[in-house]
Amino acid sequence: MAVLARPGRIRPSRIVLHAFLLSMVAVWIFPLFWAVYNSLRPVSDTIQNGYLSWPTGGLSLINYQTVWTQAELPYYYLNTLVIAVPAVTLTLLLASLVAFACTQFSWRFNLTTLMIFTAGNLLPPQVIIVPLYRIYLSTPLPMLGELDVGKFGFPFFTDNTLLYDQYIGIMLIHIVFQTGFATFVLSNYMKTISKEITESAIVDGAHVLRIWWRIVLPLCRPALAAMATLLFTFIYNDFFWALLLMKTGDKRPITSALNNLQGEFFVNNNLIAAGAMLVAIPPILVYIFLQKQFIAGLTLGSSKG
Amino acid sequence: MATSITPAREDSPEAGELVATTKGRYNVLTRYDRRVLMLMVGIPLLLDIVFIWWPTLSSILLSFTNYNGVGEVGWNNFIGLKNYQFMFSGYTLFWPAFLHNVIWLAWLAFIATPLGILFAVLLDRDIRGVGFYQSVFFLPVVLSLVIVGFIWELQFSPTEGFINNVLQRTSSTNIIDWLGNPRINLYAILIAATWRHVGYIMVIYLAGLKSVDPTLREAAKVDGANEIQIFFRVVFPVMAPINIVVVVITSIEALRAFDIAFIINQGKNGLELLSILITNNSISEASLVGFGSAIAVILLLISLVPIVIFLSRVMRTR
Amino acid sequence: MTRSRDPRGEKIVLPGTTIELPLDLDLTRRDVLKIAGYGSLAAFLAACGGGTATTTTSVTAKGGSMSLGSYLSDAVPKKGLQDVVDAFTKANGGTKVKVNTVDHGTYQNQINSYLQGTPEDVFTWFSGHRMRFFADKGLAAPIDDVWNEVKGNFTEGFANSVKGNDGHVYAIPTSYYPWAIFYRKDVFQQHSYNIPTNWDDFKKLAEQMKKDGLTPIAFADKDGWPAMGTFDILNLRMNGYDFHTELCVGKQKWTDSRVANVFKKWSEITPYYSPAFAGLTWQEAAKQLLQKKAGMYLLGLFVSEQFVASGNPDDLAQLDFFPFPDLGTNYDSEKALDAPIDVFMMAKKSPTLSADSGQAKAFLEFMSKGSTQITFWKASPGAIPTAKDADQSQYPALTKKAAQIVSGAKRITQFFDRDSRPDFSGPNSMQGFLLSYLANPKQDTSSLQGKMQSFWDSLPPE
Repeated sequence: MAVLARPGRIRPSRIVLHAFLLSMVAVWIFPLFWAVYNSLRPVSDTIQNGYLSWPTGGLSLINYQTVWTQAELPYYYLNTLVIAVPAVTLTLLLASLVAFACTQFSWRFNLTTLMIFTAGNLLPPQVIIVPLYRIYLSTPLPMLGELDVGKFGFPFFTDNTLLYDQYIGIMLIHIVFQTGFATFVLSNYMKTISKEITESAIVDGAHVLRIWWRIVLPLCRPALAAMATLLFTFIYNDFFWALLLMKTGDKRPITSALNNLQGEFFVNNNLIAAGAMLVAIPPILVYIFLQKQFIAGLTLGSSKG
Repeated sequence: MATSITPAREDSPEAGELVATTKGRYNVLTRYDRRVLMLMVGIPLLLDIVFIWWPTLSSILLSFTNYNGVGEVGWNNFIGLKNYQFMFSGYTLFWPAFLHNVIWLAWLAFIATPLGILFAVLLDRDIRGVGFYQSVFFLPVVLSLVIVGFIWELQFSPTEGFINNVLQRTSSTNIIDWLGNPRINLYAILIAATWRHVGYIMVIYLAGLKSVDPTLREAAKVDGANEIQIFFRVVFPVMAPINIVVVVITSIEALRAFDIAFIINQGKNGLELLSILITNNSISEASLVGFGSAIAVILLLISLVPIVIFLSRVMRTR
Repeated sequence: MTRSRDPRGEKIVLPGTTIELPLDLDLTRRDVLKIAGYGSLAAFLAACGGGTATTTTSVTAKGGSMSLGSYLSDAVPKKGLQDVVDAFTKANGGTKVKVNTVDHGTYQNQINSYLQGTPEDVFTWFSGHRMRFFADKGLAAPIDDVWNEVKGNFTEGFANSVKGNDGHVYAIPTSYYPWAIFYRKDVFQQHSYNIPTNWDDFKKLAEQMKKDGLTPIAFADKDGWPAMGTFDILNLRMNGYDFHTELCVGKQKWTDSRVANVFKKWSEITPYYSPAFAGLTWQEAAKQLLQKKAGMYLLGLFVSEQFVASGNPDDLAQLDFFPFPDLGTNYDSEKALDAPIDVFMMAKKSPTLSADSGQAKAFLEFMSKGSTQITFWKASPGAIPTAKDADQSQYPALTKKAAQIVSGAKRITQFFDRDSRPDFSGPNSMQGFLLSYLANPKQDTSSLQGKMQSFWDSLPPE
């Protein structure tokens, strides 16, 4: 493996270091490898030979096929997208507005405001779930028709005049929770932008919205990209909100819908593994292609605060 | 969008609105600009208060009732401190759950977080394959805790899981019940949680280490300090801000622990956690909303400790 | 059929019949408290089920649409329900049925908030206390009108199982299944085991199986509820139906020495259980039986689903069961057992119910037909149809025997979590208590029993 140092420069401490790191790598990779391996083995094969065995009948994608069709996964990916894309966009819009107002202008309550947002984001969700559920049941919303995709209907707003059991409801709670985090990160980032820019723009007669949109947001592009990546992953991975604020099984985003795989009358580790892998694919793609943004998002939130 | 509305400039700061605090610098802002700024902050703030802080307050109020989740809640539901009394003295699961959260915190603080820091320190040097190592340790961080739970169930499952099979501990006399034995199952899921937590801490710490002034280390090296001494005497102290972040993240993660235990067995039989007791009491078939809310208040109070630490630090840096 | 109210007699008269239903105004103290809790008389009336909102000109309606909430999330029963729904749509003038399937565990956990939110018109649920609990809370709609049309198709036992505390009918029973001890015929033949009829023989057989290298009794309790089945049968057979049902509703104390006796008796067979049972799901334990690794398994008839899923028809043919052995007590002759009944109900808070009640009632009526139940049973044979006119000639031996053992029982219970209050049956209550007992069955259970009782006492009045 390329990680070993070239001969001639080998130092014993380096060998020990690499040996340790490589063994840790093995420990880290193995659970994932095992899940993939299980997912590729037909149930009959593992029933016959046990899980700790070489595949006798070869590997197959049959479990993936079963999960894909039986659990109707494609629709759940769509559910996640319907929730995550607007939620990420709106979170970033709102958070950048707050961060802009609080960092580029000095006013009495800007620190208090930031603290309210940050503290709200750090609360355990269980603390607010019961009253939130009541609020969702008692907030009336207009119905504005829906878009039918196959057998699934995606209402533009709500299909039961409530926030409860709606994409928009899940979107909303994500926006509210994540705005706290995103505001914190973006305001850290915007603090590094010189106030002079804003000041001179104001003197030149530009209005605040224009300054925000034309000057500050473009400067924040790297931070916004990092946050978008991070927020998408957070929302994709959420299990709790949709489980409790959505009663319609078919509307649940994919991570919450994974519970459907643990059916009472049909369970085996091979199928669960295949389901878990399919659900893990989008975050792994994010990991492969957007790792830098993801890491930047995480570290922006911590290294400067 | 802003270009369409361009009222003439006027210099009339309104009391109570965004009054400039520093040297009247922004008195040039128009009334229109002030209103826009107010909306910029006001709308998100309103959402935050309505959907987070108002429910938090409601939870506190509900904790003094025997509300069962059906119909309206009224004064006749008010039962004073009875929920708290029962929680501390009668309810047999509160203290075990509390203890499990404490163990969770201790495990993360003394095992997972130090391991993450160790990885960061080891990878903060010019060695081959740094990117590869970093990528591997980081991989679990992008996965949801639900997936992490599923993946580790395949390891720990007593008869079909990898660990028992490879240890040949699947016969009736020597089987290890990783998930069902209340003395060890908490540690089994802590291993799963560690798998994800370590990468998270590593990445954050690594970013901090990169910003440490290299001349500090050079100076210490010249003074003859070894690597361990350099870390503890030079690097660790200058990393104080990051250390606090790591402490806060670790404690918040421990208090929020929910998904893995819930996926494994709904949080019973050794996996009780405060967050799970809240859920199982207040939004389950049982629906003991008042009592569940009382546990939520306790969790809230504990969570305020790291939150306040964090906020006071934010205050200081500004 | 309209439900008009006779102003003088305080009765609901079902027009076209002479059947009178009392308007249920014998208010207990609890009811009065409930009125206070509702805040308004209108809300109270709505909650009582005399409902003015659901008045329609006919019980059933054709065409249109309705919605159905279902916990049948697994492939086999899910398909069964889809078959039934398709048949209904065809038979009822093209009624469009929107089915919302939620996985079993989530569905049960959230039933309370589900029924208070925006539930579907009709929902799948369980009979017993668990049904009455939601009827009492005003979350289920009474369906006396439908019941009157179909009651001829059900025995007295089923009729009682769907009645609420207020005397109204709240559900249509559609299937049931017994709990018994399952085994593989070929395994018993191979080792020439005899069916044990008493406790000592049962234990001897278990001992013999252990010597033969089998896990004598398959057992799995990761999900928490399976252990309740063993508690139920032991308590029923040792202390009788009356004590058991009274214990379930709090009229007997958990600290009673009779409960201690149950735990003591139970500890005689726990050494024969599957290893690591607290980490196993029932499906995994069923696989031990299927794969001839375990000898016996006390579970519901639904264990057969795993034998169907194995894909080998011979597995299902080898599956058989015997009744729980006699314990030599006075209560053996009751032959009591758990035989839970699954039902379909109507959700009062469904936002569409006022528009769809005709279709919803037509669906419930359809579900009460033997032919419908057979359609479901064919796809999902883990439970037995309830209707008298179900064509039993198609039943395989196992189903016939299962029906017999239930009809032979003098006393029938539903299952602990269906007979007791939900807040006592959950993961952090009864399930947790039994798991902590099973972690150390030899323990002196008096402190555990004390915990159970103090937990019960802490629950608010239902």
